[in-house]
Amino acid sequence: MSSNAITIPGVQIDEKSWVDTLHEWVTTVDHKRLGVLYILYALLFLVVAGVEALIIRVQLMFPHNHFVSPQVFNRLFTMHGTTMVFFMGMPILFGFANYLVPLMIGARDMAFPRLNAFSFWLSALGGFLLYFSLVGANGLYGAGNAPDVGWWAYAPLTAKAFSPGHSSDYWTLALLVSGFGSIGTAINIIATILCMRCPGMKLSRMPLLAWLNLVMSGMVLIAVSPLTAAQMMLLIDRYLGGHFFDTQAGGSAVLWMHFFWIFGHPEVYILIIPCFAFLSEIIPVFSRKPIFGYPVMVAATVCIGFVSMSVWAHHMFTIGMNSYANSFFTITTMAVGIPTGIKIFNWLGTMWGGKIQFKTPMLFSIGFLFQFLIAGLTGIMLGCSPFDWQLSLSYFVVAHFHYTLVGGVVFGVFAAIYYWYPKITGRMLNETLGKWHFWLFAIGFHLTFDLMHIPGLLGMPRRIYTYEPGRGWDTLNLLISVGAFIQAIAVLLFVANLIISYFKGEKAGNDPWDAWTLEWTTSSPPPAYNFASKPVVASRRPLWDLKHPEDPDGQYE
Amino acid sequence: MMRQIKSSNFLTAGKLLLLAFLLTASAVASEPGNGTNIFTPASTPARMVTNLSVFVLVITGIIFVVVFTLLVYSVIKFRGRAGDTGREPPQVYGSTQIELAWTIIPILIVVVLFLATARVIHAVQDAPEPTGANEVTVIGHQYWWEFRYPKFGVVTANELHIPVSDPANPTPTFLTLLSADTDHSFWVPELAGKTDLIPNHPNRMWMDPQRTGIFLGQCAQYCGVQHAKMLLRISVDSPDDFAAWVHGQQQIAVQDASGAAGRRVFESNACMNCHAVEGTPANGRFGPDLTHLMSRVTIASGAAKNTPENLRLWIQDPNAIKPGSLMPAMKLSDSDLDAVVSYMETLR
Amino acid sequence: MSAMANPLPQTSATWSLPYRGKVAMAGLIIAESAIFTIFVVAYLFYMGKSLSGPTPREVLETPIFYTICLLSSSLTIHLAAKSLARDRVGAFLCLWVLTIVLGGTFMYGTAQEWHRLIYEHGLTISTNLFGTTYYSLVGLHAFHVTAGLVMLSTVAIFAVAGRVRVEQSHRVEVLSMYWHFVDAVWVVVFTVVYVLGR
Repeated sequence: MSSNAITIPGVQIDEKSWVDTLHEWVTTVDHKRLGVLYILYALLFLVVAGVEALIIRVQLMFPHNHFVSPQVFNRLFTMHGTTMVFFMGMPILFGFANYLVPLMIGARDMAFPRLNAFSFWLSALGGFLLYFSLVGANGLYGAGNAPDVGWWAYAPLTAKAFSPGHSSDYWTLALLVSGFGSIGTAINIIATILCMRCPGMKLSRMPLLAWLNLVMSGMVLIAVSPLTAAQMMLLIDRYLGGHFFDTQAGGSAVLWMHFFWIFGHPEVYILIIPCFAFLSEIIPVFSRKPIFGYPVMVAATVCIGFVSMSVWAHHMFTIGMNSYANSFFTITTMAVGIPTGIKIFNWLGTMWGGKIQFKTPMLFSIGFLFQFLIAGLTGIMLGCSPFDWQLSLSYFVVAHFHYTLVGGVVFGVFAAIYYWYPKITGRMLNETLGKWHFWLFAIGFHLTFDLMHIPGLLGMPRRIYTYEPGRGWDTLNLLISVGAFIQAIAVLLFVANLIISYFKGEKAGNDPWDAWTLEWTTSSPPPAYNFASKPVVASRRPLWDLKHPEDPDGQYE
Repeated sequence: MMRQIKSSNFLTAGKLLLLAFLLTASAVASEPGNGTNIFTPASTPARMVTNLSVFVLVITGIIFVVVFTLLVYSVIKFRGRAGDTGREPPQVYGSTQIELAWTIIPILIVVVLFLATARVIHAVQDAPEPTGANEVTVIGHQYWWEFRYPKFGVVTANELHIPVSDPANPTPTFLTLLSADTDHSFWVPELAGKTDLIPNHPNRMWMDPQRTGIFLGQCAQYCGVQHAKMLLRISVDSPDDFAAWVHGQQQIAVQDASGAAGRRVFESNACMNCHAVEGTPANGRFGPDLTHLMSRVTIASGAAKNTPENLRLWIQDPNAIKPGSLMPAMKLSDSDLDAVVSYMETLR
Repeated sequence: MSAMANPLPQTSATWSLPYRGKVAMAGLIIAESAIFTIFVVAYLFYMGKSLSGPTPREVLETPIFYTICLLSSSLTIHLAAKSLARDRVGAFLCLWVLTIVLGGTFMYGTAQEWHRLIYEHGLTISTNLFGTTYYSLVGLHAFHVTAGLVMLSTVAIFAVAGRVRVEQSHRVEVLSMYWHFVDAVWVVVFTVVYVLGR
């Protein structure tokens, strides 16, 4: 990550020691470095939570297995879910937003660089707090225990009576703290996009990545706060004797569910919308065409942002809401599938008539399209309330959300890493290793998560550390576990690729993919100041205009 | 050349995956009777849900085939070829007609799906209760089920008996769902969709099983350490069998002299604090009612078969069968243990 | 290559975007509104549902005077910001300090009310649902007032040292946005707790 320093003859420049480099990184307020810190942090937790998943899958390979105790298993799935959502998903997407948004809008940095750094370190502290519970909490089963209440932490299981000790408090505090970090970053992204675009870049000329991160940040402001509020209430219950969720005092367990899912549902859109952003940048470049229907893509995303705030109780179809409530949430849930489907069609329309190049970023993007189609359709099934009375709380749901989160978010993140790694480091990732990574991961993914729908249909509930034999679940669980290990091998290949290419990768140059947005005008990696002089743009694809001065985009938009 | 090979690799891999999937699915489907398949309903609410589900599956299946085909086609037809560098394809920015079409069609599909769904929601949730319906109150505990039959004055645990319902003259069972501690969920897939048991939030559900037999299920809402072993076993009986069962449950505990020593152990240790045996001083409500323990096929909410060996092991150390269960190990001596087990064996 | 060889006329002369401080504060206000909304929803949901203990009707006294203080402080801060924009630093400082005094009076009123509720009526956060939701909601608001007073006092200190002039007026406006937000929240809390809740 060296800056492009110019050597001035006759001037002695001291070599930087590793301590100085470390200090620079720890005290940085540069959006690019903070972006890299977020991404590295998230990749670390991807591996940690991935190991947790592997242990879960070993335990579930056979019925009545004894690989881990029920107590450990329950902590594992709690930590796996919490880590993946809050300390892998959110940071990696904020990391990319941090790195790319200023570059793509022609700005020098984010609007509030110090707030940016503060938000990162708050999020980092959150992750540390969650894992400190392994040492510090004094759970029911002895000293030092991770939370075991599930990542959704339903009341009254989280009350002091049912979760003594401090493991649940570590869960609460970790998320409370990182929630403040998320809100800080979201405010920063919004202010940057609205106030720091380069001249000529009207909102209608912004790259879709900027638009989608704007919508995502707006959603963070509105959706993360309910979780923050609910967690404050939980702490008041646990420590000040409050009764928010205390059913013995007339409190309501259902209220926690409402508050949690008012956060929880928009949260999953917060996780997927930046991946839509990646696809909207990658697919056009590798199809050699502009995005099909830019205005509708923006409108559809804004629509998703709003409608997704009205669907939350589809996570609560079994709690006994009346038929009108169930019908309402059914229609809103199905409705939010419409703008999402439209986006898939627009990406299809982008590829249609193009000249598709099957480089690794595009492979992951195409995988995303197939998988998100399936995930969206299983989502429609789950959104149909009576069907959900059978499917809810079963492995069908686990399969669905892993389809969206792994088949969607993780594939999208891999695509983004292969696409922007050259810009960030100045070197290309190895294509051969990339293709091995893609195929192995896809095969493992489908083996695991395609099959996982079936035990759900056959009555297997979730969150169980073991299961009864003879219900038709045995062989399936074994194969699902095998698939998990295949994915693990693929991820190892990926990590190896990241490291080897950093030292030995082919030099990238400014614009290795022949792309069209502003970040490809800078050197790879960009200098600390991004642009020597402020860019001025006249269309959505400034580099297309430069490369094709006879046929600029502006006249078609 | 390389690109062509890559895309045909893609196709071959896709075909292999599909084949593997179908083979596995068929192998699985032929595994011996599981009894928890949501597509083999035996009761009206489950059947309504299954029929709707098939409708939804067909529609989403059609959507999948159409879009999947288009995706595969575009990936093959529009792949770049070797001599392409430098020449860009026609730059198309959008098309209002196409975008309108693929907005309107999904809206119509959603409207159709919603109308079909709303009908079933109403039919299941707002079904009127006929006067002859059987009433059961279900109380969820960490990690067992309490069943009360208010009309019959019966209290039992973990294994539910309900009468079969003749479609011509339905005798459904209506369940009131309560919880003594955390959230649980009552799920017996072949009889009905699941409904949660939430403290301070009573719920209602109903089922009218149309064939006799045993139906299996388990708790579906994470309720703590032993959520996995909070199993359900429903015995759907013919009207005569059901009446006989109720009659048996209504009796006080059998007074069998061979259990006298064990009864003394039971009543002088802390057992009475949690368990009830009708007709004796024991009337604890924290644990399952033991009055007719021997009428049950399993113990510990399905975690083990109801045999003397398992019973002995359970009383000696519940954690050996269900680690984390809330029953403490009673630390009885061997002779006391044997006596208590003999006493339990008399509770028919 | 970071400068664009642009055949189109330069647009930088007329290119103006909103001030980022205001956008950021608007974002913060949105997030905070969401938090307050959840606490208000909890308050409304639990109205009348306490199983025991003092009810709002029995123990609450409508704090009209302190409410007037807080709401007038919105007026004074607005006038203060306007004064500073016109470089009338003396007027600014007076109005600013008056805002702080009014806000402080409101806090005193809250403290007095809580003292009475706890010691005379035995209502604490753990007494019943009313206690829990009341102290949480009013307390969350009081916390935000306190944070605001701290920020206002910081600016007052710098103003007394002569460091706040017309050049800083846009920053002062950002802070006054926050203060208006705090007052708007009080209007909602007041309505829910003292009007609807009784």
